[in-house]
Amino acid sequence: MARLTLSRIDKHFGAYHALRGIDLDVVDQEFLVLLGASGCGKSTLLRIVAGLETADAGTVHIDDERIDTLQARDRRLAMVFQNYAVFPHMTVADNIGFGLRMQKWPTDQIRRKVEEVAAIVHLEALLQRYSAQLSGGQRQRVALARALAVEPRVMLMDEPLSNLDALLRLQMRAELKAILARSRTTTIYVTHDQVEAMSLADRIAVMDRGVIVQCDTPLEVYRNPVNTFVAGFIGNPPMNFVQAQAVQDGAFEALGMRLAGPRGHDRLTLGVRPEDLQPAPEGLRCPADVVEALGPHTLVTSLAGGQVFRAALPSGRAVTPGAVLYLQPDMSRLRWFDAEGRRIDAPVA
Amino acid sequence: MTAAVTARSMPGPGRPLSLQAYQARLRRVLFWGALAACVWVLLPLYLLLVNAWSSPDAVNAFPKRPWPEADAGSLRFLLGFQGVLGALWHSLAVAAMTMVGSVAIGAPAGYALARFEFAGKGAFRLLIMLTRAFPLPLLALPLTVRFLQLGIDDTLFGLALLHTMLALPFAVLVTYSLFSGVPVELEEAAWVFGCNRLQAFRHVVAPLALPGLTAAAVFAFVISWNEVFAAAVLMIEHRTLPAFLLQSLDTSPMPLKFAGGALLVLPAAVFMFLIRRHLFAMWGIASR
Repeated sequence: MARLTLSRIDKHFGAYHALRGIDLDVVDQEFLVLLGASGCGKSTLLRIVAGLETADAGTVHIDDERIDTLQARDRRLAMVFQNYAVFPHMTVADNIGFGLRMQKWPTDQIRRKVEEVAAIVHLEALLQRYSAQLSGGQRQRVALARALAVEPRVMLMDEPLSNLDALLRLQMRAELKAILARSRTTTIYVTHDQVEAMSLADRIAVMDRGVIVQCDTPLEVYRNPVNTFVAGFIGNPPMNFVQAQAVQDGAFEALGMRLAGPRGHDRLTLGVRPEDLQPAPEGLRCPADVVEALGPHTLVTSLAGGQVFRAALPSGRAVTPGAVLYLQPDMSRLRWFDAEGRRIDAPVA
Repeated sequence: MTAAVTARSMPGPGRPLSLQAYQARLRRVLFWGALAACVWVLLPLYLLLVNAWSSPDAVNAFPKRPWPEADAGSLRFLLGFQGVLGALWHSLAVAAMTMVGSVAIGAPAGYALARFEFAGKGAFRLLIMLTRAFPLPLLALPLTVRFLQLGIDDTLFGLALLHTMLALPFAVLVTYSLFSGVPVELEEAAWVFGCNRLQAFRHVVAPLALPGLTAAAVFAFVISWNEVFAAAVLMIEHRTLPAFLLQSLDTSPMPLKFAGGALLVLPAAVFMFLIRRHLFAMWGIASR
């Protein structure tokens, strides 16, 4: 039960500026996901909170207590590591109870707590096993149980699902969400997987080159990305970007279609998500170079002009490869970006 | 590489050798090379053991018997020889002190190399090995003088100090590779869950590194056990077994030399056999 506040966090690795003045506020019981490509600084930020790295500047507070000056062991946090970091020379029970032993809990209380937490993650039957005798998913559960057992103020998770195979990852994701929702622990979760972020987060903080570019609810980040980086990072298949040329003030032409756009701009980038396109008698001109019938929908890819343009069409409709489609975009979902990639919010004419 | 091999396997006017023939030839060369190396090392050991367990008559006879007679006469005589048991005790005591000393000093250095980035790390690693490049005979005189000044000349402790210096490079490098093999995340997990550095080492790193630490200790023991030059130069009253044998067996009959040799070789060989896996790890050869 805690609120975590980061302010002005700065970190260099030699000449490399890894974190540039990060401000972040994680409210009590919130599930915040740090999302970004590898090398964006998200893991470094998490490790600074954990006390495994020190920031060059800035502060970390839990409620009103400053913790960035404390040793990792005094911060009363817990962490789940990417490769689980389950102690190989201890049984599952000893692993789960490790934090409690360090806090000098009485043995019988540790045993009770270990059994209680093991039941939550379905490990009751495996308490006497060693890490080498467990599957990847089971090791993941041990790491989670070890973190839950100490009832941390803030739970830190560093890509905890990325070493699992796809099916198991899906299953663990749902379990993780249920368990953490029940424990009501404030959580920071680092991932590069945007689907994971969308599915788990109360809020997503999207990071790029040491900066949090946008921090909002999953749907808001999806619908109203602040720039082309966020727009392209979130969503699979990603958002389409099309060059739009003004034909008069507030009117643009893109892929052979005239569209109303923000006033006062000459050239803009038009962003449209593949699922916001419908086949119509006229619209954005799109030669169907590649047609993939994926089941839930049919993915049509156009490579015209060296640019990839995708549309996710209803699967009921047969599309012949090579045919030219005209696609009507959902006007309310169109987003406009300027030359620097920032979203333009000027009213559409 | 693949391209080169393929090219060689092409049947052409200049190269009639097929890939299969080339590989077969390579295998033959490797096989005979390995066999020669084994014979080079093992034959003297074999002769040593055969003769140590044979009666004096058999040792001097020709042709040699292929199997030992299981006659412990030579060995029994050696153990009864004036001073052998004392020298054996000196050797054990010095080797034990060397073992403790080199692990106590070498393991922290190995840990530092494995876990920390510091200025001059590469140079430090090189310097550690270079201590072995310094010829011991050159050190002998100044060391003897200094030991005399300190009053530790001709003491087991003084010799153990010197042997520790000799064993230290290996202790540092073995423990370095050992601690590098313990994932740093395990240590970080220990810190996050309430350990300070020392507790994390005790609860997590040490248990995982223990087999390797034992190997490093045993290796130090063997280095001390086999060392003869310093032991012969620095010690007068308290000679260790190799130094004692070097001095007194010089004039002894053949059977006693063989028995003495066997007495020296056996413990070292047994220990090296026990820790072979960890020594391979030190040299970067995966042997699992």
